[in-house]
Amino acid sequence: MIKLSSISKRYEGASAPVVDGIDMEVGAGEICVLLGPSGCGKTTTLKMINRLIQPSSGKIFIDGRDTDEFEVVELRRQIGYVIQQIGLFPNMTVEENISVVPRLLGWDKARAKRRAAELMEIVALDPSTYLSRYPKDLSGGQQQRVGVARALATDPPVMLMDEPFGAIDPINRELIQDEFLRIQQQVKKTIMFVSHDIDEAVKMADRIAIFRGGRLEQFDTPDTILARPASPFIAGFVGADRALKRLRLVRASDALSACDCAARVGDSSERARALLERHGVEQIVLLDAAGKPQGYLSAAELSAIEGTLMAAHAKPVQGVARHSDDLRSVISSMFSLGQSWLATVDDEGRFVGYVNQAHIVDMLRLPAEARA
Amino acid sequence: METLAFMLDNFASIIRLTVEHVEIVGVGVGLAIVTGVPLGIVITANARAAKIVLYSAAILMTIPSVALFGLMIPVLSVIGQGIGFLPTVIALFLYSQLPIVRNTYAAITNIDPALREAARGIGMTTRQRLWKVEIPIALPIIMAGVRMAVVINVGIAAVAAYIGAGGLGKLISRGISQSDPRQLIAGAILVSLLAIAADYGLGWVQRLLTPKGLRSPSRTGRLALRLGAWASFRKSPHHAQ
Repeated sequence: MIKLSSISKRYEGASAPVVDGIDMEVGAGEICVLLGPSGCGKTTTLKMINRLIQPSSGKIFIDGRDTDEFEVVELRRQIGYVIQQIGLFPNMTVEENISVVPRLLGWDKARAKRRAAELMEIVALDPSTYLSRYPKDLSGGQQQRVGVARALATDPPVMLMDEPFGAIDPINRELIQDEFLRIQQQVKKTIMFVSHDIDEAVKMADRIAIFRGGRLEQFDTPDTILARPASPFIAGFVGADRALKRLRLVRASDALSACDCAARVGDSSERARALLERHGVEQIVLLDAAGKPQGYLSAAELSAIEGTLMAAHAKPVQGVARHSDDLRSVISSMFSLGQSWLATVDDEGRFVGYVNQAHIVDMLRLPAEARA
Repeated sequence: METLAFMLDNFASIIRLTVEHVEIVGVGVGLAIVTGVPLGIVITANARAAKIVLYSAAILMTIPSVALFGLMIPVLSVIGQGIGFLPTVIALFLYSQLPIVRNTYAAITNIDPALREAARGIGMTTRQRLWKVEIPIALPIIMAGVRMAVVINVGIAAVAAYIGAGGLGKLISRGISQSDPRQLIAGAILVSLLAIAADYGLGWVQRLLTPKGLRSPSRTGRLALRLGAWASFRKSPHHAQ
């Protein structure tokens, strides 16, 4: 969808180029995060895509078309653009801000108005409350939602985002990132996203491009970058806790083990003991008729029980993981509960398997692709 | 009391002089707006040009008005306009340059660069950016410059009575030459009142021209902001977990 071919930028009189021979390709519907320390050329690279900065050499293609073929304002109107400082026009209402590009493209008022209301729904702001407000009457997070809505106004296939959530406080940043990923599920844009925050990159990206001194150091999936950093620089940049960061990339549902190792109320204790032995675990979860965890039993406790298992036999479950939780939060609850495993449930609260520390350690030895 | 009586007795002629005064200032400043605002915008593109223009305007401002009138007499006499309306309007036009050009320049250069980048990035042409974003935002500050020019020139126009410009300055000059304190005081008071009225009226226009989104938040606006933040906090699913 977006293809950069030997893109370089050299400023007059500067000894080294700011961007030096970047080759990369981003597929349709992907989020590609350009990551690196300040001055690494990531923002320059981004701005060359909508020609806010003209490349010194090289070509950029969007959907197979050379961007130099377009009239520059035409090109920009086809690319959503979101910046860190948001840049909503203070003299215009939220509605007018969102309608700027549609109106430039000659949409009639009614259509632009409908579209603005539709976009407000998408970014989870109530249209009847907010469309008539001015930017100064919104909080930073709300302003950036409007910024995103403005970029989406004409439904461009490509969006460029320059540290869009960098100026938002950490709590709201997490919220707006989640929100944005939800929107992306819906709109499936091809997105180039500049960030200097490895955590944000890991969270948002399908692919991460790490820049250093104007060059592309590594261009890969977040998991591979964390598991197999291509250079000591990248290893240092992603941080010594990179293995822990990978935990965020894996959902509990992808790390399940011993999925059939569960006893039901009414089962015989022998059957439960047999399951325990087969899986070589210490404890077994006791489920009710609906498949919801009632409690757990250890091998020793099981051997003391004769006949059928009853809910009263089990020790209460301290905590469960949800199948959609990421492993970082699952492991965090394991640590706080002092357990090495956690029963995992689906959205209805039914048992689906265990997340087990030993199993996770095993999994993380390989990058995701190698596991598959 | 005598002054008041004089003003009442000569009510019609005072009105006529006031209208004249307003006319002179209006034409001078009006022409200055038409040229000064575009000039102020154009020089934002070039720092060197801006420096030259702003310095020149500042130097113009330091020339005493009497001297300027004197300088223009021989020049404009060539076309038979050495005194009267034309040199006065030219002088007021020149004295208006500094407040108008400088305010326009400052207003445009002080616009948040992020707005310019956003405008460029979403595909506005330079002209669209200027008309839809930069000028509306700059308007209150440009208007403040106009206001300043008008107030300054109400005073300067009074001096122009000496080169036969008419207006309220006539009362003052006659008061001096005829040793008539009634005319002198009436003229001085009326010039001051006119300046105050113009400043007040233009201040109102300035507020009117300020885009709603840039006016300082009203009490209701702040309340709405707080309520909105509270409502979205309540609605957010992340807090429900």
